[in-house]
Amino acid sequence: MKNLLILGTSLFLLSGCSGNWGWYVVDPTTPSGFNNLKFMASGAIYTIQMSLTAIAISVVVGLLVALPGLSEKRGWRVFNRTYVEIVRAVPVLVLILWVYYGLPAITGITLGVFWAGVFALALSDSAFQAEIFRAGIQSIGRGQYEAAQSISLNYRDTMRYVILPQAIRRILPALGNQFVYMLKMSSLVSVIGMQELTRKANELVVAEYRPLEIYTILVLEYLVLILIVSAGVRWLERRLMGDEV
Amino acid sequence: MTTSQTETKPIISMENVSKHFGDFQALKNVNLDVALGERVVVCGPSGSGKSTLIRCINRLERHDAGRITVDGTELTNDAAMEKVRGSVGMVFQQFNLFPHLTILENLCLGPRRVLGLSPKDARDRALTYLERVQIRDQADKYPRQLSGGQQQRVAIARSLCMEPRILLFDEPTSALDPEMIAEVLEVMTELAGSGMTMIVVTHEMGFARRVADRMVFMDQGEIVEVGPAEEVFSAPKSKRFAQFINQILNH
Ligand SMILES: Nc1ncnc2c1ncn2[C@@H]1O[C@H](COP(=O)(O)OP(=O)(O)OP(=O)(O)O)[C@@H](O)[C@H]1O
Ligand SMILES: [Mg+2]
Repeated sequence: MKNLLILGTSLFLLSGCSGNWGWYVVDPTTPSGFNNLKFMASGAIYTIQMSLTAIAISVVVGLLVALPGLSEKRGWRVFNRTYVEIVRAVPVLVLILWVYYGLPAITGITLGVFWAGVFALALSDSAFQAEIFRAGIQSIGRGQYEAAQSISLNYRDTMRYVILPQAIRRILPALGNQFVYMLKMSSLVSVIGMQELTRKANELVVAEYRPLEIYTILVLEYLVLILIVSAGVRWLERRLMGDEV
Repeated sequence: MTTSQTETKPIISMENVSKHFGDFQALKNVNLDVALGERVVVCGPSGSGKSTLIRCINRLERHDAGRITVDGTELTNDAAMEKVRGSVGMVFQQFNLFPHLTILENLCLGPRRVLGLSPKDARDRALTYLERVQIRDQADKYPRQLSGGQQQRVAIARSLCMEPRILLFDEPTSALDPEMIAEVLEVMTELAGSGMTMIVVTHEMGFARRVADRMVFMDQGEIVEVGPAEEVFSAPKSKRFAQFINQILNH
């Protein structure tokens, strides 16, 4: 509430300074304003596609990195720690630049803007996913493993049917947070030219010289996306928890 | 085939078994043979190694000295362990049901994934055993919707679904409210009557007297006394066991 007041006041002052608001640039009742809005919204598809693809990959990679972290063998745990510590230490923006400009130099493989962005986002997020999964799996008591062993389930089936279903219910809120985080981080991929929401807004600002109005719309765009994701996660939580009540 | 030999050969044999947790020795040179169909009750004070003893039998714990042979297989490595776990079931103090699965799913998981039964066969088998523990009408509920006594009976049925030759019980009634103990003991008594080989860690002396072929008394990692139930109860040889019985009966 306090933040909203501050935001409102600053907007009011800013509009006072610049003399008049320029909302016409994004006024849907005028043809040019409508076109501008359409231009801005057209980036949403890439923001969504990148985030969804990246989160899907990072969940899988995160799980694959988390499992060795739970091993009794020291070597596996060292692998887990090394991966998490290194990947977590690199800023997402740096990772994006490195993957896009650096990777081709080393490997000879040039990734398109989209896949470079997805790869960097997923890589960065996977370290956090690994930590979330590890904590979630560790929160399941020893008795569950012993019960699974006592009916002769092997490691894979124990994980698949007994441990992970319970762990995932517990970490769902954390996974939701990561998804929101991913949506926001995807804005950084604009620096390598991905035509997602932020890039579109930047291009429009250059053409129209109306940063305040255009970035305000950009904020709202992210807000809407994130509210949708939050609602989706809550729905999923209710669905998964429902059978436990 | 010489039947006399197969009958006398123990289904579980422990020779000089020791187990350490770090520096602490939880089992000290334990020797115990259990015959096919025999019902053994294990008792003893807290920390005496009762759980460790039976957990070594299905290798939830690894013994570090001596030999354990179960159903003809010596427990030496993981391959032996897998083989043995197929013939040994276990019932835990805390039930350890799978909370995210229904009762029926709890029972079907092992038969489906391990024994390779079809969904229908697994279901039929599960319902048969639920019937046997008198809880068939709860099949579609989740564990948390059941009372402790019902949950423990489900856990017994889950073990039975794997059709083990040996059932281990680790204080199956200790986590239960008094009014629910009887229903679980009743199921166990019925099982004992059916010829199942059972090793039961419990302080329910009434149950022990009724069903135990032999009593084992443990203290500080050792088997202090072992013998036919009536015999050891009426004439305990060791002082520690006499004291223990007194405490249990007078508490
Ligand atoms: N995983 C473990 N790590 C370290 N020490 C252990 C472990 N498990 C058991 N112990 C120790 O070994 C000893 C025997 O434990 P055990 O659980 O077998 O006793 P118990 O006879 O079953 O006791 P209770 O009646 O309390 O269940 C105890 O002193 C216990 O502290
Ligand atoms: Mg115990």
